[in-house]
Amino acid sequence: MQALPAADAENPHARRATPMGWWLLAPMLLWLALFVVAPLVILVVYSFCSRDDLGRVVFEFTWTNYARAFDETYLKILLRSVGYAALTTLICVAAGFPAGWYIARRPPAVRNRLLLLVMIPFWTSFLIRTYAWIAILKSEGLLNATLLAARVIPQPLELLYTPVAVVIGLVYAYLPFMILPVYGSAEKLDNALVEAAHDLGAGPLRAFSEVIIPLTWPGIAAGVLLVFVPAIGMFAITDLMGGAKVAMIGNVIQNQVFKARNLPFAAALGVVFTLLFVATYLALQWRGRRARA
Amino acid sequence: MADSEFMIDVRAVTKRFGAFTAVNDITLGVRAGEFITLLGPSGCGKTTLLRMLSGFETPDVGEIRIEGRDVTRLAPYRRNVNQVFQSYALFPHLTVCDNIGFGLRMQKVGDEEIRRRVAEVVDLVALGGFEDRMPHQLSGGQRQRVALARAIVPRPAVLLLDEPLSALDAKLRHQMQVELKRLQKRLGMTFVFVTHDQEEALTMSDRIAVFNQGRLEQLGTALEIYHQPRTAFVADFIGEANLLEAERLAEEGVLARVRLAGGLEIRVPLAGWPRDGARAVVSVRPEKVCISRRPIEGAENSFQAVITEEIFQGALDHLTVRTDAGTTLTAVVANESAMMDAFHEGDRVWCGLHLDDLVVVRAG
Repeated sequence: MQALPAADAENPHARRATPMGWWLLAPMLLWLALFVVAPLVILVVYSFCSRDDLGRVVFEFTWTNYARAFDETYLKILLRSVGYAALTTLICVAAGFPAGWYIARRPPAVRNRLLLLVMIPFWTSFLIRTYAWIAILKSEGLLNATLLAARVIPQPLELLYTPVAVVIGLVYAYLPFMILPVYGSAEKLDNALVEAAHDLGAGPLRAFSEVIIPLTWPGIAAGVLLVFVPAIGMFAITDLMGGAKVAMIGNVIQNQVFKARNLPFAAALGVVFTLLFVATYLALQWRGRRARA
Repeated sequence: MADSEFMIDVRAVTKRFGAFTAVNDITLGVRAGEFITLLGPSGCGKTTLLRMLSGFETPDVGEIRIEGRDVTRLAPYRRNVNQVFQSYALFPHLTVCDNIGFGLRMQKVGDEEIRRRVAEVVDLVALGGFEDRMPHQLSGGQRQRVALARAIVPRPAVLLLDEPLSALDAKLRHQMQVELKRLQKRLGMTFVFVTHDQEEALTMSDRIAVFNQGRLEQLGTALEIYHQPRTAFVADFIGEANLLEAERLAEEGVLARVRLAGGLEIRVPLAGWPRDGARAVVSVRPEKVCISRRPIEGAENSFQAVITEEIFQGALDHLTVRTDAGTTLTAVVANESAMMDAFHEGDRVWCGLHLDDLVVVRAG
């Protein structure tokens, strides 16, 4: 029995789901309902609720949480978070695209070894790796010690607990999430297409912009989503490497949940954050369609 | 074409990949407006040579000139040459129209002229009505036409075709062979066509270059290649051939008396016999082996044999005969008339070999 009958000749994308198909989909649908749809509904409902003096959620409709979320203080924090995330994404694209492309163009044996190198950091706890960065960047750390010993700098650089450290930490944490999807689409790109572009008179730059970028766009878009959105909400790195000096939207939400115990307000921030995600997704989709048109 | 009569001039080109010599000291001239086929089994170097013409590979030794200009180390995008890829390599994100217009856009031709020239070529390859389709919405034959249109629209000096018909089914392939040939004549463009299909090569080419293990075995017209193969490899690769090892026994004027493997003694033309040796290979096409119930008149070589195998193939009969001397030959005869005349296994027959049909070739 086929879950997905063969595509008809007219439109290869037209498929009908059969009863067997629904059974195969059921686990995923259940998972989505329990862990995506339900939490989102709770989040939205909470965001319109009030709070009593003890921090318990009271089911009374109010706009105040959203009014407060768009207050100048929080808007600034949100914009700052978006700015950091955008810079991180930019650096990740600039570094991750060439890396993913390069790995995809190697012979299979080399390719697998390089991919392994990209994934090795995931074998260690994220927190431990972040602490390692602290050890490298702090004023008596590895980097400063090396530079001092080599007499490149006269006194230790102030790196840790600065915006630079935050960006380094964010790029470090999210770079693999850019490399892997780019690799995925670059690996599928038939080299004959690049050759065809050259053959038809496209120099390296034209071939890159006219053929390579449009055809690896799904990977780039996936990478941007995987880097940009989590980077906005990241609070561990900003806390540990930014010294909790620069508050990010993630830190605010965390504080509202665990310290201020203001769940409705945290929920409202969460909803805004989710909408930001949807907007990013739609923008990427739109860009992808335009690139293809 | 200042210092060369050739559109493409390949001079003593060698290309190695590690220890493997893909193209070994090839010299080849292609005239303007010629349809030349590079023919050979896979791994014979024909595709590597084509890729050196398009610029995707660079020769280790030698020189390549196109339109009299040295292009040996010129980037593909600076050459006045376009290629039809084996997999077509259509840009999946562009419509038929944009695929075909890609080369003109890269040349910064104006929008109006692009539209006009694309429309012209769309007409030429009969793709009218498909301009706005995406490649994945086309059939194999249609994709093939798009690839062809895309490569000819910039009006290159030379069109390179890398086994472009191999993905099509037999019927469509025959149709495209005829169309390609017609198109080439109409455009007057120089075509370099790579294939491993000898029938395709015979049908379409003005001249055929037969490759084997990186070397050019023979260059000539279809008729020359078929009737006067110079090596055993060519005789065997193009069509079918009885390849019989021969030992020279004596010279008789313009003829040589030779003993074939198995023991049969026949006369062959002395011309073509290697000067340095007593041994060579005699090639004879199965359809040139005359089989009859009576002695064959006018044949320089006539001898008796027994049919050891008969394979009926409708219009043709494939026979294997064993001569009384012990040499085995295959023959193809036309099934002309009634059952009465048909040959059967075990029949005693006369075989005849005409001098003109015996080609002495170098051993493989």
